Amino acid sequence: MTQRLKIDRKYVPVLTTIVVFALLYLYGAVLYKGMRQPQAFFNLLINNAFLLITSIGMTFVILTEGIDLSVGSMIALTSVASAALLEKVGLSPFIVLPLMLLMGIVFGGGMGAIIHFFKVQPFIVTLAGFFFFRGLCFFISLDAIPITDPFYRTLALTRIQIPFFERAFLSIGAVVSLIVLVVGMYVAHYTRFGRTVYAIGGNEQSARLMGLPVGRTKIAVYAISGFCSALAGIVFSISLLSGHGLYAQMVELDAIASVVIGGTLLSGGYGYVIGTFFGVLVTGLIQMLIQFNGELSSWWTRIAVGALTLIFIGVQSYFASRRQGRTLSGMETSFPDAAQTAAAAEDALTIDTS
Amino acid sequence: MDQSTSIWHKLRDSQLFWPLLALGLIMLFNLFFTPGFYDIEVKDGHLSGFLIDILNRGSMLMLMAIGMTMVIATGGVDLSVGAVVAISAATATVLINPALANQLISSEELIQDVTRTPLWLCIVAALAVSTLCGLWNGLLVSRARIQPMVATLVLMVAGRGIAQLITNGQIITVYYSPYFFIGNGYLLGIPFSLFITAIVLVLVWLLARGTAFGLFVESVGINARSSFFSGINEQNVKLIVYTICGFCAGVAGLIYSSNVKSADANNAGWGAELDAILAVVIGGTLMTGGRFSLLASVIGALVIQSISTTMYAVGVPAMAAMAIKGLIVLVVVLLYSEQTKSVLTNFVERVGAQS
Repeated sequence: MTQRLKIDRKYVPVLTTIVVFALLYLYGAVLYKGMRQPQAFFNLLINNAFLLITSIGMTFVILTEGIDLSVGSMIALTSVASAALLEKVGLSPFIVLPLMLLMGIVFGGGMGAIIHFFKVQPFIVTLAGFFFFRGLCFFISLDAIPITDPFYRTLALTRIQIPFFERAFLSIGAVVSLIVLVVGMYVAHYTRFGRTVYAIGGNEQSARLMGLPVGRTKIAVYAISGFCSALAGIVFSISLLSGHGLYAQMVELDAIASVVIGGTLLSGGYGYVIGTFFGVLVTGLIQMLIQFNGELSSWWTRIAVGALTLIFIGVQSYFASRRQGRTLSGMETSFPDAAQTAAAAEDALTIDTS
Repeated sequence: MDQSTSIWHKLRDSQLFWPLLALGLIMLFNLFFTPGFYDIEVKDGHLSGFLIDILNRGSMLMLMAIGMTMVIATGGVDLSVGAVVAISAATATVLINPALANQLISSEELIQDVTRTPLWLCIVAALAVSTLCGLWNGLLVSRARIQPMVATLVLMVAGRGIAQLITNGQIITVYYSPYFFIGNGYLLGIPFSLFITAIVLVLVWLLARGTAFGLFVESVGINARSSFFSGINEQNVKLIVYTICGFCAGVAGLIYSSNVKSADANNAGWGAELDAILAVVIGGTLMTGGRFSLLASVIGALVIQSISTTMYAVGVPAMAAMAIKGLIVLVVVLLYSEQTKSVLTNFVERVGAQS
């Protein structure tokens, strides 16, 4: 009997997130009438569409043991640049939209190339990107630019009816985010590229020795993250119908927190895109509960998200130490970074000899 | 040939060389493009001018860079310093007038030039709280073995919430004049904040270089495991380093809140962690850990502050200046990278061989 109920250990973190989400939602539904409406759940998807898109890009980066701190700035840059091109230059949205996505890919890929070719830590390069993109916004415009383009307005006001639910709808942005989710899951789990991403996160040195295209994949991962944050920026600017350099601050933190809560290891090589989906839902739900409560100030959201991130990291390191404890000696367990140091030393050696 | 390479090597090996060069370039730029940059005049019995302004405003950044240097030298990073600045500022200002966090109080009571808590107690409390924040980071990194970036990310996310919890979500304005002296006062015509920075620098320097602690830090940064095997308690080294970083951020928070005479939990120390990390990187301490120089980081902080002040002087909007800062950082990081260094060294040696 117990044998049949046993769940594969690798799914535990993702399932934990789903259970946490379900319990939190149940708790909310018991307390607040409004949350029992199906639309409450769909609002969660609508309000967090841009965060979901960003977080999926971030998941790929974190799976390769990288980090992308520039996503929030990229969202702001996309919103300002698209608003300026639409309103001040007067370009058609059908030119602006592909242009923005291209910008995301180029900037993201550029950062990836610097990370790969100059062997600089992802953290510091994307930090420079964080500054650069947000600064660019203010070179374009110091004030918020409202978007009056009719196509954007139609996109913003379109409601997509959900079958089988009365008066329940999704926005275009939410539908786009769900499509990105499905594509992200397919790419991560069913393609050669996805397996290479996991291999690099597991051990970059081994991946290279196996003949996998490490450089190309690493650059592509940052390009994906750039693309996703540009797409998120478009969704964001459609929902607000304006562009400003101060938008989407701290989104990089929310995205990282969502990925972590979704069960992806920050040391790379382990995690699921679907986990990120539930991670985003949990962070969104915390915000929603605090809004429904009405008495707690919005800054409790930050504390709650921080605490939840810490708990999930704690759970992760517990599982990581148990996994390592089975394969390695006790000494290795107390030094999880030792293997990395060794790999880095090997890396340095190969550079010297070449 | 030997001579030219040896001079090159000596220059390149000094950690102070590159940050000083960067500072020199900015100063040279200002000599030509910013009129009145080097004017220093005596106003109300103290010095004033762009250079003094850089030093005064840079003191906060220098303090954070001092703490951050040793953290980065152990191979870690502290993303929470901005949040700790906000917490420290919130604690001190709330203690000066607890009523300020309450909206219902009448305005005459608010603007009185009095303090509800002795000033020394406010300062000690703010420093204690921020040191505790550092200790918390240190515990997460050294005992719970969480990656430094993630461990400090938690406080970075939650810290501003905690600061707002302390201030009850209000922007607290201080009307107690002795408190202004910390960030606005002048001693012997020189900003008082500089003296504080100097004292902290000397204290940390004595700890790092007067004892073996600095070597321990570098050893842990190069290889934590072999340090452990050679008898260094690497857990405690990390713990101390993060605690010092929290303390330094706390001092910076005091100077900040005193300088702007208020505490805004949302904006105090906004982006400060990034500036502090950049200062350390410009100072030539590698993000992977190892050799560090406190003085080079302080110069790095001055470089960042000079860049910001220069931009304002030239008339670039504060937010747009971030783009240029980002580019400069990228260039600096690329210059420091091993790839560029080996290319440069090869180039210099080839030129030397030809001549």
